[in-house]
Amino acid sequence: MNWGSRIRGLAVGVTSLLLVAACGSSGGGGTASCSESTAKTATSATACGGMDALVAAAKAEGQLNVIALPPDWANYGAVISAFQSKYGITVNSANPNGSSQDEVNAFDGTSNAPDVVDVGQSVALANTAKFTPYQVATWGDIPAGAKESTGLWFNDYGGYMGIGYNPAKVPGGVINSIQDLLGSGFKSEVALAGDPTKSNQGLNGVIMAAVANGGSLDDISAGVNFFKQLKQKGNYVPVVGTDSTVKLGQTPVLFEWDYLSTSHGKSVSGWKIYVPSNAIIGGYYSQAINKAAPHPAAARLWEEYLYSDAGQNLWLKGGARPVRMAVMTTAGTIDAAAAAALPAVKGTPQVPSGDQTTKASQYVIANWSAAVS
Amino acid sequence: MSAAGNPAVTTAARPDSGGRQRSLSWLGAMPFFVYVGIFLLLPTAIVAIGSFTASGGGVTLSNFAGIDKPFMVKAFTNSLVVSSISAAAGAILGAVLAYAVVTGNPNGLLRRIIMSASGVLAQFGGVALAFAFIATIGSVGFVYVFLKDHGLDIYANSVWFYEPPGITLIYLYFQIPLMVLVFLPALDGIRPQWREATESLGGSTWHYWRYVAGPLLAPAFLGCTLLLFANAFSAYATLSALLTNGGSYVPLQIQALLTGETEQSQPGLAQALALAMVFIVVVVMSLYALLQRRTSRWLH
Repeated sequence: MNWGSRIRGLAVGVTSLLLVAACGSSGGGGTASCSESTAKTATSATACGGMDALVAAAKAEGQLNVIALPPDWANYGAVISAFQSKYGITVNSANPNGSSQDEVNAFDGTSNAPDVVDVGQSVALANTAKFTPYQVATWGDIPAGAKESTGLWFNDYGGYMGIGYNPAKVPGGVINSIQDLLGSGFKSEVALAGDPTKSNQGLNGVIMAAVANGGSLDDISAGVNFFKQLKQKGNYVPVVGTDSTVKLGQTPVLFEWDYLSTSHGKSVSGWKIYVPSNAIIGGYYSQAINKAAPHPAAARLWEEYLYSDAGQNLWLKGGARPVRMAVMTTAGTIDAAAAAALPAVKGTPQVPSGDQTTKASQYVIANWSAAVS
Repeated sequence: MSAAGNPAVTTAARPDSGGRQRSLSWLGAMPFFVYVGIFLLLPTAIVAIGSFTASGGGVTLSNFAGIDKPFMVKAFTNSLVVSSISAAAGAILGAVLAYAVVTGNPNGLLRRIIMSASGVLAQFGGVALAFAFIATIGSVGFVYVFLKDHGLDIYANSVWFYEPPGITLIYLYFQIPLMVLVFLPALDGIRPQWREATESLGGSTWHYWRYVAGPLLAPAFLGCTLLLFANAFSAYATLSALLTNGGSYVPLQIQALLTGETEQSQPGLAQALALAMVFIVVVVMSLYALLQRRTSRWLH
């Protein structure tokens, strides 16, 4: 693969130099290797003695701890099994339904702590001190605004906030505007896919409602007010929407990322996604490596795999837009069928900045309980 | 009280072994006191101290400042309403059921079935209970759908399943069996001779209930009702499993204040709320203890 050969080319050039400095004790052996102490601080595969050395070190560790990765979320089930079978490394997946904050809270310094995390923007920004910088081989493909310059965190995939719904439960079988949800045909049907005071996805649902109701990324009061009205009309369901609540029919109308919504089509036939053209809210999740990762080499190899063409296309198959999508489309390495299956979006997407996210989060924390209780 | 008094009387008669006996009896109770200390008194003390401690240290009342916000008041109102109604309804229905059991054969099948079922169901709560109700009378539950298909739409006006009436209904599922368990001993204490005495003195059934059984059972009944109230008021797992996003009850507000993102965590206010709950439960349980003492004068 083109990625493999690129790495190897780099490895041959730079490895030997760094290797001498980093792994001085390893003697004059011909094969590159990456000791545990080197792996802990390596900021790229090259710094670890090249891709082959990284793979060898990761295989020696044999394990990788991941957290809060639901198998049906952005196709993570397939990503994990592909990684396991390719490298023979056991992936320990903890608390698949946890929140971004739960992921960072699990950094307890034990051998069970997560090696890598996949977190929302606000949690990534708030916890940079707990991460270690790393730059994947395809670092250059990630747009500058989508990564911390040294590699403390870097965006992985994203999509747009949408309203997923079961047409059979909706008057007329279709949602044409967000105001439709205030109608009497939506009694006890509308839910968020997360508690907005804690979850990035829930927060972005409120932001989307704000923009669609005349608010903006800087003023989300209209969104909180919208949910207050939903609650007063008896349309709001006080339940976090998940695949099982959708399957059960408890949350037939759900504010969620479009790429997560796609997977509900498997449980509910005819499941549709509505993205309001006046409120296209984009959001990316970020990867980061735990500074005290119990399996430092495996953590780095995992990132390399995720940002390889294979990893990116697996996310795309799950309906998520991988961060290297633009570059891969130009290069022709994108999975064209999966790209064509993404929900059509008309309009200009808006992406809340870190500051806007923080401000929105503070507003929700102060006003949410009062609005929906 | 009386159980603790007896050994003292015995030791007075045998002074030579008195000291050792007393120390041994204390030793036997130690595991209990250690347990109560670690799991009841220590957490209560931590909550009490924490609710008066400022985030930077020092004594403060500021933690109680947020407690009068409208949504906090509503959380307390909801919790109190659900607990009171489920306690009152649970007590009445449970007492009727217990009376039916008591009038039957003391070793009969009915009594054995109801007693074991109550023992199990009184502890039924949390995710299992929430799911049982979601699957039956939730907005897509099969009982609800069945009734709706047969012309009875219980949610015709609004879906009250996630509202206080729904929570009250769910709580009754463990309140009634608990009432049976705690009220049955009092009913068992009623002696048939008392009824015979009433009748031989010319009293009617009304007289018996009004002047004999009623006054005897009233303290026990009220005490058990208070116990049911405390049981519902402190219940957390069922609410937490049912209302995962925005439920207005005190335990859920405490949860939200403790588990939120870093900026949202307000452990001080959470502890203040918890202390307010402890206060309410202490008042209720003190009344319960008083009523129990009155009950035990005649029934035990």
